[in-house]
Formats: sequence, C-alpha cells, structure tokens
Amino acid sequence: MSRITRRHALGASAGALAGLAVAGVASAAGPSDTSATSAPRAAAAEPAAFDEVHRGRRIQGAPSHHGGHHDHGSGYQVHIDGDELHVMRNADGTWISVVNHYETFATPLAVARAAVVELQGATLVPLALA
Amino acid sequence: MTVRKNQANLTATEKKRFVDALLELKRSGRYDTFVTTHNAFIMSDTDNGERVGHRSPSFLPWHRRFLIQFERALQSVDASVALPYWDWAADRTVASSLWADDFLGGTGRSRDGQVMTGPFASAAGSWPVTVRVDGRDYLRRDLGASGRQLPTRAEVDSVLAMSTYDTAPWNSASNGFRNHVEGWRGVNLHNRVHVWVGGQMATGVSPNDPVFWLHHAYIDKLWADWQARHPNSPYLPATGTTDVVALRDTMRPWNDVTPADMLDHTPHYTYDTAA
Ligand SMILES: [Cu+2]
Ligand SMILES: [Cu+2]
Repeated sequence: MSRITRRHALGASAGALAGLAVAGVASAAGPSDTSATSAPRAAAAEPAAFDEVHRGRRIQGAPSHHGGHHDHGSGYQVHIDGDELHVMRNADGTWISVVNHYETFATPLAVARAAVVELQGATLVPLALA
Repeated sequence: MTVRKNQANLTATEKKRFVDALLELKRSGRYDTFVTTHNAFIMSDTDNGERVGHRSPSFLPWHRRFLIQFERALQSVDASVALPYWDWAADRTVASSLWADDFLGGTGRSRDGQVMTGPFASAAGSWPVTVRVDGRDYLRRDLGASGRQLPTRAEVDSVLAMSTYDTAPWNSASNGFRNHVEGWRGVNLHNRVHVWVGGQMATGVSPNDPVFWLHHAYIDKLWADWQARHPNSPYLPATGTTDVVALRDTMRPWNDVTPADMLDHTPHYTYDTAA
C-alpha cells in the first residue's frame, strides 16, 4: 500500500521517469521499493547527467568525482537554479534529498523533480554543514 | 518524576504549559540549536560511511538521548512539562485534537503550505523558521497529502514482532526491528509519518515542527514496547563494527553516552502505560 501511495505521490514525474528509462537505473522498479529484490540495484551504474527545466526551475545533475564535502560520497551533485540540492544515495540505489529526506526516489532526476514540487518556487539556501 | 503521556490524554493546562515552554525555548534561541544538530547528523549519516543518528543501529538510542536533552531544556523552563507522545496509529486523521488550535495547530493552506492556525502559525509571530534549507521562514505542513495513510496498529504490531534488533550491513538495507521501525524497509513506520506530515517535517530540518518530538517520543515508546516483548533480544552489534556505534561505543555529539546507557529509559522517565 505505501509503495503505491508514495509512487502516486510522485505523480506524473514517476510515470514520465519510467518511460524515459533514465540511464543508470537498472530497472523500472518503484522508487520506494526497498524489498529484498532491490539489492542488486546497489551495483547499478552511475546515473547519467541531466539538465532540464521542470515546472519553471532549471534542474541539473551530474556525477562529481571531486569527493567534495557536500556530496558525502554519493558521487553526484544536483543543482536547482544553480543552488546545490543536498542529495544522498541509499544502499539499495535509491535517492533522497534534504527537502525530501524520508522518502526514496529511483534516480537523482526524480529526487530533483520532487524537490521542485516541494519548494513551490522557493530558493534553496546554502548548505550548512556542521 | 517525568511521565510521558499520550498527547490525546493531556489536559488543557498540560497542553498550554507544553506549548509555552516550546515558545520560550524558541524565543531564547535554544530550540534552534536542536534543529541544527539534527540536520547536521541527518546530512552526514550515510549508508556506507560513519552513521550515528539515522540509518544505523544507534537510530533509537541516539534519538532517545536527543529527546532527553530536549525534555530537560523544556523542564528548565517549566519543571512540570514532559514530552507527550503521538500514537499515530490511533490518532490518524487531521481531525485529531493534536492538530487543534490549542495545541499544534492544523495543516497548511494549499497555496504555500503555510500553517495558519495555532501557536506556531507564522502570523502569531512566535515561531520564525530560522534553521532552514530554503527561503521560506514559516512553518509548513501538508497533512496526509496525496492520499498517504499513517501506519496502522497491525503494521506496528508486525514490526514489534521482529525479534532481532538489527542486522548487517547495519544501514538502510538491513533487516530486523530497527530498520523496519525507521522505515527504510518493509511497511515503513517512522519515515512514513515524517512524509505524512509534510512541510519541514519531511526535510532534514524536521525538528522545526514541534510534532517532531511527539513523533519521536512514540518511536521511543515502540522501542520500549519491543524490549518488553523480547527481553532476551540485545542491542546489536555488540562489538566493534566499522562506521557503526556498537553497544559500548560512545555516540556523537555527546561522546559520553553509549547505546548501553540508553537501553533502560526508566531512570529518565516512564510512560503513562506499562510497556
Ligand atoms: Cu532524526
Ligand atoms: Cu525522525
């Protein structure tokens, strides 16, 4: 049930995403599928870069190999209108961001689109790390 | 002695004193230090690196210690106050008295998610959101948006029935009680409640919403309930494990407390019902 409702919460984004078959995602498994079958996805290839306008916001994602202190080893950076969105990769290959921190998404693109929805036009503020 | 009660059973006076203590902590700046600490841990706890507050076995003892510290701060304002808990499996609708004007206020308006009622509404002027990840300085909620449902009692019971505390790899991919309570796997209890509330509660700065404490007080109670059901199931891992807090390792940020020190809550508080 929760799987369905959370996929539903992603709305059009999730549907579009599945259709796009975004590079690096091993399968079209649901974004919150954390069942035992999801383990193999942890070894999935690095997600591809993206650069698009979603609901009026420019969202960009790209692998980062600088080991910067902002990416916490996710090896990937996401920006919304040029501001960094803190993202993190889970062991099963799913993703979360600082604005959707308790809900998993299949790809960095899905997490970026979800952040745009959550932000309702607000700008991100610089990351404050301890 | 501190007795943590079900929020549904609080008297009007108890609600008012709890709210007033929250507002005073906020006014003095002490409240926001808790938000900052929580966000720092949530951003740095990773599945393949050091992890203390979340996605790890110490999720439960870490939050127990964090809540004790917060409760003591409240009690320094008003010694009569204890943290209430929210049994979201029972009080599972927006109509719950939890969300009434005399307590936490209700959901956000549709345009911008802004909470418009209760003591924490932006217009009341007492609850500026200062530790934040985006430009919005008002408390937001989106209770039950998109048809999400809070966990049911049957789902809670299915997790309480798990006899093993935690398992390797000791992260969001683990089997066992801890990860099922936290919600990265299975029916999803704790994480789902954050998402159901929405607004800041769905973000890394979730303690900006006072319901954070009531949610975690109930998660904490579920740990106590689980211990009562499985008296022979220990905290795991017992000994040194890379990047993970074992039973007798100290936990950041306090560095003077271990999971072993947190297993028994009764020196610090009791619950209004037997575990
Ligand atoms: Cu937390
Ligand atoms: Cu939480």
